Amino acid sequence: MATTSTSLQSRVSLDRRIKDFTFTTFLSISIVASLAFIFYIIYRLYNNAGFLLSWDLVTFFPSYDIDTAGFQSSIMGSIWVVGFATLFAVPIGVMTALYLEEFAGKRNRFTALLELNIQNLAGVPAVVFGLIGLAFIARGPLSWGFTVGSAAIVLAMLILPVIIIITREAIRAVPPSYKEGALALGATHWQAVSKLVIPSAVPGTATGTILAVSRAIGESAPLLLLGALSFVTFNPTGLDSGFTILPLAIFKYASDSREEFQVLASAGSLILLAILFAMNLFAILLRDYTLRKRNI
Amino acid sequence: MSATAQSGRAGMSLAPSTHLRRRNLIQLLITKFMASATLVSVLVTVGIVLSLIPTTFRLLKEITTQVFGTVWAPLFTPSQYGMAPLLTGTFIIVSIAMVIAIPIGLASAIFLSDYATLNLRRIVKPILEILAGIPTVVLGLFGLYVVNPEFVEKYWPIGEPLAYTALGAGLMTGILIIPIIASVADDALSSVPRAMREAAYALGATRREVATKVVLNAGLSGVVAALILAFARAFGETTIALMVAGSYPKLSANPGDPMQTMASFIGFAGIGDAEVGSSAYNTIFLVGTVLFTVTLILNILGNRFIARFREVYE
Repeated sequence: MATTSTSLQSRVSLDRRIKDFTFTTFLSISIVASLAFIFYIIYRLYNNAGFLLSWDLVTFFPSYDIDTAGFQSSIMGSIWVVGFATLFAVPIGVMTALYLEEFAGKRNRFTALLELNIQNLAGVPAVVFGLIGLAFIARGPLSWGFTVGSAAIVLAMLILPVIIIITREAIRAVPPSYKEGALALGATHWQAVSKLVIPSAVPGTATGTILAVSRAIGESAPLLLLGALSFVTFNPTGLDSGFTILPLAIFKYASDSREEFQVLASAGSLILLAILFAMNLFAILLRDYTLRKRNI
Repeated sequence: MSATAQSGRAGMSLAPSTHLRRRNLIQLLITKFMASATLVSVLVTVGIVLSLIPTTFRLLKEITTQVFGTVWAPLFTPSQYGMAPLLTGTFIIVSIAMVIAIPIGLASAIFLSDYATLNLRRIVKPILEILAGIPTVVLGLFGLYVVNPEFVEKYWPIGEPLAYTALGAGLMTGILIIPIIASVADDALSSVPRAMREAAYALGATRREVATKVVLNAGLSGVVAALILAFARAFGETTIALMVAGSYPKLSANPGDPMQTMASFIGFAGIGDAEVGSSAYNTIFLVGTVLFTVTLILNILGNRFIARFREVYE
């Protein structure tokens, strides 16, 4: 058989071809399954709660009466808490990344320790950040109570390592020739970095920050410890005001024994997913755009 | 002094002009300022350790060997501090998650690195990122409303599963960590040099043989890293376990039962706004210390493995 055939394919024994086919099928099923799951979860949520979707859902405050119950205070709470967390974490994260990439000089014991620290901080379970918030910020030395400020600092600590890691990657992707050209013309290191490296790293950093922020919006565990699972019928007015957040409002409605409130939880999940998908899509488009620009 | 400056302007001296000196000063100040910003991340780690350790030791001195007991009821009087139910609950839920996520995650990684065309990759990767971005509270909701009543209660053969099950929590946690395994392992497999693949093809290997016998072996340390990091993520997951497995620390080997994990205990006890210094409050920190220590060791280990494959191939 093999001697008369010129095709390479046929020299591969049937047994191996079957194995290859099975393996390919398995891979395809796995990948399709994980992608299909996303659609299935949205389908089920929509099926359950799609009829509830309206502006009332976003404008009504939490209520024990299902007809007037909505998510306004929790959406506003999420915006306040995550907004301030971003405001705290981004400058510190970007400066840390800039220092490590541009100013720390040669790798020494201090920078090695710093890197190890950042890497491990990124892997600390989210709920542990709630513990430090509870021990030092909400209670303990600072005693700010269960406020927007406490929650924002906790979430800022949570996203800080992510922002550092992503910004470093964005800085590293800037061609060194940009900076070298400026240095050759007599610019100081800081001038070269601030006028050339930072502007070129902005899109990459922005993409990463959006992804980090969308993680913070969906995060629920650490704020469980900061009293965010409460019935809040007002929007935050400042750093010292009480709050709840969208994920925990969903959590609260979900643990209600009445079925109509469980449906409300599904509707809240749809809102949360819509916000996150929009942010993810924006981040992906931004990344695609920068990659294309760089390749040209 | 002024004479030097004057001659400097005339180009006779090599002393830096005031303009240059000012630029250098700005540079120095900014560098120092940035260096101080890096200390924030160190401060966070120190803060975590300081918040956990003292309280943990205070409680441990009080309860000593009780932690080895089999009943976990720190919020009741009399309190009991046997950690066994939390450990088994965590172990069972994480194991189920790994059983689900390892084959699917690795298959996705192999698909992306060796089977998908570049265009397909550009579509599949972002979708995996979206899966990674689904909030845990939504996965928990799905586990509670769909997986538990429609799958576990109907088809789980042992005992009579009710509203809360460890199996449902394990399944949803598994879905949570699939993208982690897929993306870290894909990074590792994609960085295996082309030459190794081509050599294997030249020897007559099929695509499957190249992927499983050459690429997977060459990228093994990265794959191990993926599994360790995913394990650590599942280990620390709070909301899914809390919503789907309930908050009853049952010592059981049946995944159809409700269970409590270490992380979900922290979430559960934290809801109640425990009084500072009360035993409920202290227990949160004791469990937090265990959680933090285990994930820290796993993360250090995982990052070591990542560093290893980077050293070899990049």
